Amino acid sequence: MAESTLQTDHPEGLDGFVRDWSSDQRTFKRVSWGKAMMWIFLLSDTFVFSIFLIGYMSARMSTKSDWPNTSEVFSLHVGGADLPLLLIAIMTFVLISSSGTMAMAVRCGYARARKATAGLMYLTALLGATFVGMQVFEWTKLIQEGVRPWGNPFGAEQFGASFFMITGFHGTHVSIGVLFLIIIATKIWRGEFDRPGRTWLKSDAGDYEAVEIMGLYWHFVDLVWVFIFAFFYLW
Amino acid sequence: MANIPYRPDEQVPPAEVPDVHPPHPHTWIGRWVFSQDAKYIAIQYSATAIAIGLVALVLSWLVRLQLGFPDVFSFSAEAYYQFITMHGMIMVIYLLTAIFLGGFGNYLIPLMVGARDMVFPFVNMLSYWVYLLAVLVLVASFFVPGGPTGAGWTLYPPQAILSGTPGGQDAGIILMLLSLILFIIGFTMGGLNYVVTVLQARTRGMTLMRMPLTVWGIFTATVMALLAFPALFVACVMMLFDRLLSTSFFMPTLVEMGEQLSYGGGSPIVFQHLFWFFGHPEVYIVALPAFGIVSDLISVHARKNVFGYRMMVWAIVIIGALSFIVWAHHMYVSGMHPYFGFFFATTTLIIAVPTAIKVYNWLLTLWRGDIHLTLPMLFALSFVVTFVNGGLTGLFLGNVVVDVPLSDTMFVVAHFHMVMGVAPLMVIFGAIYHWYPLMTGRMLNEAMGQIHFWVTFIGTYAIFFPMHYVGLVGVPRRYPEIGDPAFITTPVDGLNAFISIAAFIVGAAQILFLFNIAWSARNGRDAGGNPWRAASLEWQTPQTPPRHGNWADELPVVYRWAYDYSVPGAPEDFIAQDDPWVQQTAPT
Repeated sequence: MAESTLQTDHPEGLDGFVRDWSSDQRTFKRVSWGKAMMWIFLLSDTFVFSIFLIGYMSARMSTKSDWPNTSEVFSLHVGGADLPLLLIAIMTFVLISSSGTMAMAVRCGYARARKATAGLMYLTALLGATFVGMQVFEWTKLIQEGVRPWGNPFGAEQFGASFFMITGFHGTHVSIGVLFLIIIATKIWRGEFDRPGRTWLKSDAGDYEAVEIMGLYWHFVDLVWVFIFAFFYLW
Repeated sequence: MANIPYRPDEQVPPAEVPDVHPPHPHTWIGRWVFSQDAKYIAIQYSATAIAIGLVALVLSWLVRLQLGFPDVFSFSAEAYYQFITMHGMIMVIYLLTAIFLGGFGNYLIPLMVGARDMVFPFVNMLSYWVYLLAVLVLVASFFVPGGPTGAGWTLYPPQAILSGTPGGQDAGIILMLLSLILFIIGFTMGGLNYVVTVLQARTRGMTLMRMPLTVWGIFTATVMALLAFPALFVACVMMLFDRLLSTSFFMPTLVEMGEQLSYGGGSPIVFQHLFWFFGHPEVYIVALPAFGIVSDLISVHARKNVFGYRMMVWAIVIIGALSFIVWAHHMYVSGMHPYFGFFFATTTLIIAVPTAIKVYNWLLTLWRGDIHLTLPMLFALSFVVTFVNGGLTGLFLGNVVVDVPLSDTMFVVAHFHMVMGVAPLMVIFGAIYHWYPLMTGRMLNEAMGQIHFWVTFIGTYAIFFPMHYVGLVGVPRRYPEIGDPAFITTPVDGLNAFISIAAFIVGAAQILFLFNIAWSARNGRDAGGNPWRAASLEWQTPQTPPRHGNWADELPVVYRWAYDYSVPGAPEDFIAQDDPWVQQTAPT
């Protein structure tokens, strides 16, 4: 008995799972409070986005009017030709790239490379802001073409409603992410993360975990975009 | 043997993380207004919930005035709809959910798992203030032109946002939806705290299977709320768009007053699915903390360990999981496919299995126990009786063929008031009588408590027992006055008047209860540190009431489960969780 309670090694697989869940103090060993909170929040937020998408799908299936042809509505007129999904392809590329720079920032954070971490986070924020900027451009274009939440010239009126609601909610998530990326990056740049003491968004000296937690959120927002892209633009 | 976790063990693992002391507030405002102490936040949550609950109580009086004495007090139909809508919404969301999770959750979780505070005190504080904002927005809807929404607490579209419904084309429904969205945001902040505190901030020796069932109930309910509230959130956002931006998510093509509206192509049934995907788990979000708390009350006041602790835990978890796949049993008459009804009736009846396990285990905990008929015990017993009652009528309503004729009658009203109105309230009362000494150091007055209990217990039966009958003879719900229709062969006017008078008396008893809370804070009998001689950790704090940070310099170490009562050979009839006492000679 003493042996089983005092062992410090970490069994893998099902044994490890059972041991962690039947242990005291922490269920997820080596997971900080902040990281656990972010994961659980993301689980809850997954439900929010899933239900938004399910609501959109059910509206799309139950409406009697024809759904607008998305490859026409979302096409860009470039050089005398309509290129379907061009803008969306660029937006998706930018957002996925920002996930890459975020992952590099996390790695640099654990190496405690202060300037590289902050720089990569600023770059991530810039890419995120670019994404939001292009979304603003897309909204402007659609609004100029007459798409409104209550109707549009292309077909079912639920199209505009779901489009503005879902991309708007996702864009809000990206914007909040950009804001926090800038805040954390600025704190890192100023060296606050290397000084002792707990402050807002930071635990101990040299603890760059906030970067990883920020990264969790950012990757989640990117992943959600992949689903919105698939269900809204490709369907 | 060695793996049975609630047996005391001599070896407790070393601390995995350093003990973090919550920061001490330095200002008066930081201490008494924007407090980050979970115990103080709990009291703020409870006080706000009770205050808004009083509004709902008064509304229920107005409803009963109308139903009981339609000739004397005749409110307009619009006013009546507003009363029932706000009564239901406040009671379910702003009182029951808030007081169980925000109130008891905040107070008990850190103390019961041996933490100094919630893991994110600042976010926890924000949670309360956003909740308060939600309540204020809700209250504001009483004062806007057109008054609060009268759409019924389920807010079904399309009527909820049409001009025929009070508040539908005024600000009422907008404020209601905004308030719900705020409530969900505030709750999410608190809920993340409760879940992470239970999972990641327990003290040494406190395994999940040593936690009191109160914590299990609140924890499971919080997880459910984090997964169910998103559906309500989305439904509110979509309806707000329908109302403000004229989108047609839930709105089909409609003709109102001879004029075709701009809506078209939406589906009101989608709202019902979204609402009940939240709404059914919501029933258990309220019920599971009640299950947990009542298990603890029965165990402490019967001086016996909870019977089948592991089964009780698994029953809580299984009920929580199953409650996500039963939602459409609220929609048998919505016109959905009959096979759906078959599926949802089956899942609904399966929930009766873990629920019955819990009821039997409560009875077996009482069986040959040393039952002290203290006030918490009286309320706990009345909960078990009331819950069985409400559960039995649930079997009627869970079956499609029986539900269809009973749908939208007063029988349904009687059923859900029994099972998720009166039953959880009994637990709330019992819990307040039980933990008030911990919160204040004083006992609540026994005489006032006895009056409160007997009037409430007998009175609620006087209200809701006849109401089943009123429903069975065919009186529909949501009608301010039904007159004398041919389909009701037995007049129920006398019964309705009787129910109303009982409701006024029961309501008055609650005022006595609130007076008792205020009076006893100063004049109550001194409680000492552990008046109920309870074994769980929250009673083992160095001071009563516990100070900021809960524990002394050292965190407590837990050696056993929370239910070591009447252990043979032990020096007292309870062994506290942090007591390392071990039986020297193994009992045969």
